[in-house]
Amino acid sequence: MTLDLQTAAEFLWKEADMLDRRDYEAWQGLWTEDGLYIVPIERDAEDYADVLNYAYDDAKMRDMRVRRLNSSFSMSALTASNTVRTISRFVVLDRSASEITVRGAQMLADYRRDNLRMLAADVEATIRQTDDGLKLVRKVVTLVNCEDAVTGMGYLL
Amino acid sequence: MTTLIEPRPETPNISSLVQHDRVHTSLYNDPALFAQEMDKIFNKTWVWVAHESDIKGPGDYISTYVGLQPVIVVRDRKKQVHVLLNRCRHRAATVCEKKKGRTNSFVCPYHGWGYGLDGSLRGVPMNEGYAESFDKAEYGLVSLRVETYAGLIFATFNEDAPSLSDFLGDAKPWIDLFMKQGGGFPVKFGGEHKFKFPGNWKIQLENTTDAYHFPVVHKSFLQSLDDQAEELFSFLDGDGYVQDLGNGHSVMVMIPELVDLDENLDDPIPERFQDLAASLSKKHTEEEVRKIIRAVGGSGFNVNLFPNLACSMAFFRVLRPVSVTETEIRHVTLLMDGGPEEGNRARLRLHEHFQGPMGFGSPDDAEAWERVQRGSQAGPDMWIMLNRGLEGDGAGPKGTNRGDVSAETGMRAAYQKWKEMMEASQ
Repeated sequence: MTLDLQTAAEFLWKEADMLDRRDYEAWQGLWTEDGLYIVPIERDAEDYADVLNYAYDDAKMRDMRVRRLNSSFSMSALTASNTVRTISRFVVLDRSASEITVRGAQMLADYRRDNLRMLAADVEATIRQTDDGLKLVRKVVTLVNCEDAVTGMGYLL
Repeated sequence: MTTLIEPRPETPNISSLVQHDRVHTSLYNDPALFAQEMDKIFNKTWVWVAHESDIKGPGDYISTYVGLQPVIVVRDRKKQVHVLLNRCRHRAATVCEKKKGRTNSFVCPYHGWGYGLDGSLRGVPMNEGYAESFDKAEYGLVSLRVETYAGLIFATFNEDAPSLSDFLGDAKPWIDLFMKQGGGFPVKFGGEHKFKFPGNWKIQLENTTDAYHFPVVHKSFLQSLDDQAEELFSFLDGDGYVQDLGNGHSVMVMIPELVDLDENLDDPIPERFQDLAASLSKKHTEEEVRKIIRAVGGSGFNVNLFPNLACSMAFFRVLRPVSVTETEIRHVTLLMDGGPEEGNRARLRLHEHFQGPMGFGSPDDAEAWERVQRGSQAGPDMWIMLNRGLEGDGAGPKGTNRGDVSAETGMRAAYQKWKEMMEASQ
């Protein structure tokens, strides 16, 4: 069965729901061991490994990040915003026998201490069919204001 | 009769607001004080604007601020650096809105006045519409005084300010030590995390000379480290210290064995850098590897330069006051210019680990600072206490103030300079 856009969209909707509910343990299970989660500062960098990012997470760093957010020792995570996000406007960028890469638009509303903030982003995701089901191989979340001041968030994009 | 217009608030009596061991809460939230700070501090002293590597070649520029005023920092064809007010002399439009780039000139988008890289006015469209007495030489972009130390470019509006060298004074040797983290290569700009927090700039100024908060605010960061690194960052019970360096500057030494990165090169390579060392060994001698590894980990101290820069462990912390209750912070990462790719990647990943809106450290700092600003609305006549480590005052070399690593010595130094500048007559 080749992966189609509908399958990718349903996977990313499930992921978005997990992140809004801050079910980070379940989110961890969505990734392949070689998966990369990237939130860039620079648009269109040739290789994100060679530039500064907001997040450039391999499996080890993702694990540390989730443990921190769940630890109850981080003030910013304990007082994190409530978020509601939606992801749509999908286009297929690439497709092979076992993988599909899509780009979508994510609109996230974040509410905290009387402040409502909107964070818009392009999301590029590569999803792989494995023996364990569908897994994320790469997710790049490029905020519309990534090159400007971005204020801290105690949650995941 | 009812008075419709409130009388102007009296000018606050500065000397009553800053005592030796405490400052008044209004320093965080009085708009009148903020206006005076911009005038008497940011428009009067040396303000850091750029690192040399930001503008390496002729025509390279960045746009930034001195206090509230937008400026352009640009290198001309003769390699000289100019800091120019980003305001057309005609009707005030900014002549540059890009954050960085390379150009031959700055042209105002409104009526097309064109300026050279040194700020001189070169072209005025339909010049014949001006009187004969119109002299282009009188209409160059306003140029600030510029001086450089160890790659750090500072500017000031004040022609009477002491030399930058005198201004930095005893902070200079510490800046020299800080720049050793090029690992034998020049230090270069490697990108930055930028964020704003809803609070006064001095809350941030205090923070880079505040080791006391580290184990509390950054517990979740410490827990993410391996045992060896956690031990290294648990510096409150170590031999570190905070020393007043004069002129509002101070140094906070957290990890004394990481003061001089050229020393202790024979120390065992930390566990977390073993893989990197193995990779570097393919192309570098053992001594080079040890030097690069020491550099990758960064220095063990923060040099706080009043009012807007801290050379902090492995990065620059730059603050920019936006309003009395809003501050922009930049955490600039530094790389080895021409250094090994894997070494620079390691530095980038270490920076991302702590800094930025998704770092394991900065968001918790920002939460604490925001809470300070919110809390300072309560008890407007109360004091911000800076009385930790008072017994170290006068106890350092040559009678300087030097307290243990958790002492508030650096904050007291900054606020005494603040008081001196705010009390000065125009």
